[in-house]
Amino acid sequence: MTVPSLLHTEYERVMQKDSGQGGGGAADPGGWRMGVDIGGTFTDIALEHGDGRFHSAKLLTTGAEPARAVLDGVAAACKAAGIGLAEIGRIIHGTTLATNAVIERRGAETLFVTTEGFRDVLEMGSESRFEQYDLNIVKPQPLVRRARRLTVRERIDVNGAALIPLDEASVGPVLDAIAAEGIESVAIGLLHSYANPAHERRLRELILAAHPELPVSLSCEVSPEMREYQRFSTTVANAYVQPAVAAYLGRLKQALADDGFAGALMVMLSNGGLGTVDTAIRFPVRLIESGPAGGAIYAAAVARQTGAAKAVSFDMGGTTAKICLIDDGRPQSARDFEVDRAYRFKRGSGLPLRIPVVEMVEIGAGGGSLCSVDGLGRIAVGPRSAGSDPGPACYARGGTGATVTDADVVLGRIDPAGFAGGAMRLDPAAAERTLGADVGAPLDLDTATAALGVAEMVDENMANAAREHAVEHGKDFDGRTLIAFGGCAPLHAARVADKLGIDRIVVPRGAGVGSAIGFLRAPVAFEVARSLYQQLESLDGTAVAALLADMRDEAASFVETAAGRAPERVSYAAFMRYRGQSHEIMVPLPDAPPDSRDRNPWSEAVADAYAAAYRRQYGPPIDGVPLEFVAWTVRAECRAQDTTRPLEDPEEPASPEIAARRIVDTSAGTPLAAAVFDRDRLHSGQTVAGPAVIVEAQTSTIVPPGYTLSCDPFGSLTLERTAEEQ
Amino acid sequence: MTEMPASDRLTRIRYPVLWNRLTAIVEEQARSLIKTAFSETVSEAGDLSAGVFDTRGRMVAQAVTGTPGHVNSMAAAVGYFLEKFPAAGMKPGDHFITNDPWLSSGHLHDITVVSPAFHRNELVALFACTCHQVDIGGLGQCPDGRSIYEEGLFIPIMRLAREGVFNEDLFEIVRANVRQPDPVEGDIRSYATCNQLGERRLAAMLDEYGDVRFDALADFILERSRDAMQDAIRALPDGTYRNTLTLDGIDRPVILDAALTIDGERIVIDFDGSSPASAYGVNLVMNYTLAYTAFGVRAAVAPEIPNNAGSLAPVEVRAPLGSILNVEKPRPVSARHIIGQFLPDVVLGCLAKVPGLEVPAEGAACLWGIQVRGGPEIGAAPGMNRDSDAAAFDLLSFNSGGSGARPAVDGLSATAFPSGVRALPVEAIETRAPVVVWRKELRPDSGGAGKYRGGLGQTVEMGTRDGAPFALFAMYDRVENPARGRNGGADGAAGAVATAGGSPLRPKGRQIVGAGDRVRVDLPGGGGHGDPHDRPVEAVAADIAEGYVSAEAARHRYGVEIGDDGAVVR
Repeated sequence: MTVPSLLHTEYERVMQKDSGQGGGGAADPGGWRMGVDIGGTFTDIALEHGDGRFHSAKLLTTGAEPARAVLDGVAAACKAAGIGLAEIGRIIHGTTLATNAVIERRGAETLFVTTEGFRDVLEMGSESRFEQYDLNIVKPQPLVRRARRLTVRERIDVNGAALIPLDEASVGPVLDAIAAEGIESVAIGLLHSYANPAHERRLRELILAAHPELPVSLSCEVSPEMREYQRFSTTVANAYVQPAVAAYLGRLKQALADDGFAGALMVMLSNGGLGTVDTAIRFPVRLIESGPAGGAIYAAAVARQTGAAKAVSFDMGGTTAKICLIDDGRPQSARDFEVDRAYRFKRGSGLPLRIPVVEMVEIGAGGGSLCSVDGLGRIAVGPRSAGSDPGPACYARGGTGATVTDADVVLGRIDPAGFAGGAMRLDPAAAERTLGADVGAPLDLDTATAALGVAEMVDENMANAAREHAVEHGKDFDGRTLIAFGGCAPLHAARVADKLGIDRIVVPRGAGVGSAIGFLRAPVAFEVARSLYQQLESLDGTAVAALLADMRDEAASFVETAAGRAPERVSYAAFMRYRGQSHEIMVPLPDAPPDSRDRNPWSEAVADAYAAAYRRQYGPPIDGVPLEFVAWTVRAECRAQDTTRPLEDPEEPASPEIAARRIVDTSAGTPLAAAVFDRDRLHSGQTVAGPAVIVEAQTSTIVPPGYTLSCDPFGSLTLERTAEEQ
Repeated sequence: MTEMPASDRLTRIRYPVLWNRLTAIVEEQARSLIKTAFSETVSEAGDLSAGVFDTRGRMVAQAVTGTPGHVNSMAAAVGYFLEKFPAAGMKPGDHFITNDPWLSSGHLHDITVVSPAFHRNELVALFACTCHQVDIGGLGQCPDGRSIYEEGLFIPIMRLAREGVFNEDLFEIVRANVRQPDPVEGDIRSYATCNQLGERRLAAMLDEYGDVRFDALADFILERSRDAMQDAIRALPDGTYRNTLTLDGIDRPVILDAALTIDGERIVIDFDGSSPASAYGVNLVMNYTLAYTAFGVRAAVAPEIPNNAGSLAPVEVRAPLGSILNVEKPRPVSARHIIGQFLPDVVLGCLAKVPGLEVPAEGAACLWGIQVRGGPEIGAAPGMNRDSDAAAFDLLSFNSGGSGARPAVDGLSATAFPSGVRALPVEAIETRAPVVVWRKELRPDSGGAGKYRGGLGQTVEMGTRDGAPFALFAMYDRVENPARGRNGGADGAAGAVATAGGSPLRPKGRQIVGAGDRVRVDLPGGGGHGDPHDRPVEAVAADIAEGYVSAEAARHRYGVEIGDDGAVVR
């Protein structure tokens, strides 16, 4: 079957009754803005006007030439809006290009230069196995093979002193190799360069003198933090994707200009902030996972809009589920990420990157996840996925394995006639058949119970991942709102919420292009992190103040260039631990510079903040153990504002209840009669008591018994638990 | 649609879901340990284990982050705690502790803490964890002691806390006996904290599923696991399969002699014929022998079945009392891992003879950690007047040699097996102690030749930053006896220990590296698998290009030549 390249465009009419959230500021032109998200399967476009008009488009990603889908989608969205490209003030772009180059090992011919004696840091990693019992595991291949890893004679110690000065004669073979082997980019990672970058910088000078056009990434700039494997791995990834990213962004910028675009092209970064094209070209590793970051930003905007001070985003698509904690309207951030986890998403089976990221957990659980029964009679779901091609058995496109979507069909959650707005007819018999064969028969269970088992297991796996994620950050789920988006999340959100003890769920509008909308809500933001060891009791306040000021200037200059104005907010944080521990906690610092005096307010505030964070995360603080600082971060940002306006209610309020169907109640395992509602016909303030199903083109929202759903002025659906279940 | 009672149907899909939850709970328990520990062995290297037990002392789930020597010996240890402190007398907030090698994991450096978990005032389960301490007093970890009394502080099974109140007297004693009291005390408290975290999560699970009893869930998990393990064993042909492994030992070679019998649904490994106990601290207690032997069986026969009391039950391990694998108190045991980490290789050698089963070649097996001590006990740097000016430090970094080639894949270079620990970053090592790691690089030509090549070892060089002398606690094997290849594969390279200045060092025992000198260790490589002449020429050519194999070794071992034109031919 052929899939139209333009899957759909969507148009939402909004009322102009409120302009309270305008204002804008220089970072936010009040006119048209566009978010463009290239994902693995789809390229999503969100086009929005300051007055609230909104259009979206969804196209299949064009693998070899990703700019084509972007340009087609941009044109389609403009056409739907009746505007030309010249009317768009800003395009914000996120792309999987960098991620894919790493995963598919299609990056540049990269050379890595390191300290003599340490050629194999990238290959040896942590010297461990990510799976204890499997005797046949294969470790991830480094991005740069051994023949392309060269060393130079030099050594800096832990305090930044040169134990061996850089021997410039030892650089000759490096220059020769670059010339001889068609090298396209160079990464330099020397031991302790975060403490003293002089040797790395000198090496770059020597390389550029011989090869002036060559992109060179330094570990002291890309990721200036202690722990050589993580720093080198990040630097190499940066160099590895740099030529492709630079070429692509250059071409896209040109093509958009050719089509008449005269506004600013900005890029979504992994930290959930926006950067300039130049930033992206300099630090392309910071584009990795920017799409999912957009999803988290989208959820954060929804959290702000619905007044949820504590939220958790739950984005479940076809292949994976992503979960992110959101406090006070901001997603959780982190400095560590692992790309290309090759072994069942297992920790340690990917390449570590130390960059500022929106912290989220991703597991192999989606609508296409395949289901089976293992040797112990346990239902196993994912991480293998039938994807979108051939897809679940019920798609009737050649898929022969039972999937989560097939279970959802059997459970009555998905209407086979109404899938994708009726564009695709599902085959419920195929769903029953494969589920019966793959899960029911081995367990001697009827098909409905087998489907229930699949749903329970996938929901449990997602809830477990969420719990583990929360505990790593010392957070819990009390009082959180679950924000569900992506094609499958609204089908599973209620049960996942149950498992996490969450009583409130929000299913926002536009969830099908959530990441692209998120781009429009993202602040212009840049983070700088550096290692500088200090002890609280003997703090060198002058050195720390100078370091923080330097970092602030660096972060602010990135933001100022991108936003055209000084950052509105600069926040400081330190990574602290008890002396002797290895793992740090991020502690926010006062805005005022530190103070060297004994027992001063700065030190006391920091010590109190640390104790509070430790208690939250692990338990009672330990008295009498000195505190130390390992690293420091500064984040500068210009906020974006939430421009969404209330929706216009349907003009002729037809009854939104359109049908009834039987769904299986997850907790009791028994069939229930549920009313079916058309989401587009719900109006602001309307409530629906469960059991019910709310259908829309992209997905269906399941309202279990004991929950009441209400529709807010922005079109978001809120499910609240009204009665104790069970 | 066949109807069965709803509750029965739901139980059948619910128990496996809760099984996953329990696994997530013990993983969380382990993550919390890693994050809060003060010892780098736990926080950086992950030398720990964590698990949940039923009130009869059976291990129901374990964190897969653990190291097998800990996990499986902890599995046995909890029973001993219950013998001394019966479940009926336990109260919320109680914690129990030991480092008794015979009752827990084989040397004094491993501390085990067991904590009861209550739900609605009823004891439902026990959480336990075992972690390695770099220093526990005494000589320091090395085989030099002649009895357990020289090896450090011995804590019998006793109360660590009574109803939430810690036994501060015990902390006083611990602090007085160890070289770095603050981190040791901090660690022990963090063990109790992580067990309590497990208790809270378990209680939340039981609140959520009001009709589920932990005992019944445990029965379900253990029966399923045992049945699956028995099925896996039944699929193998009955018979007795023998293997002998010779190790360097200290004053004489150590022979590990095993007869592995597959008898229907059981596997029995009998080490009768193995060497008698050593006069030095390389002896194993039965718990530890059981731990690593069972790991070898489980990894080769049924790696996908979770490790718990059920899947361990069909594996029986016997070793003669008084042999090096089953010593009695007060034999020294401090460096027992040197021998114990070879037990999986012994088991794999037996299983290699089972028709239809393919297993990896031998590997470096035993960790080659660099354990060093500096400071007043050892001496000051040249030019310094007083030893007491020298900063005292104890450091243990874990380094690994090559693993054996697998039946269809090359061995893993510089990767721990069977241990599950991680190496410390060089930059972190140098932050923790005044040392400089001068070299840490793969060791070319150390992987055994074969159709599939053994993993490469590595070379590590370390000295003190100021040139002060330091003590090396050497615990290395495979210097005389390299990892053997399998199915025609060649042996891996043997290991070597020396100073950078070229003076040889003994592979085992405490010795001083003099002022200005460094220690250099060359770690063993893994054995090859299959005839080296069956290795495709392109694979050998790639090995040469990457520097894993030298051109000379390619010629001798693989029969592959590089011509003058650069072409590679056999």
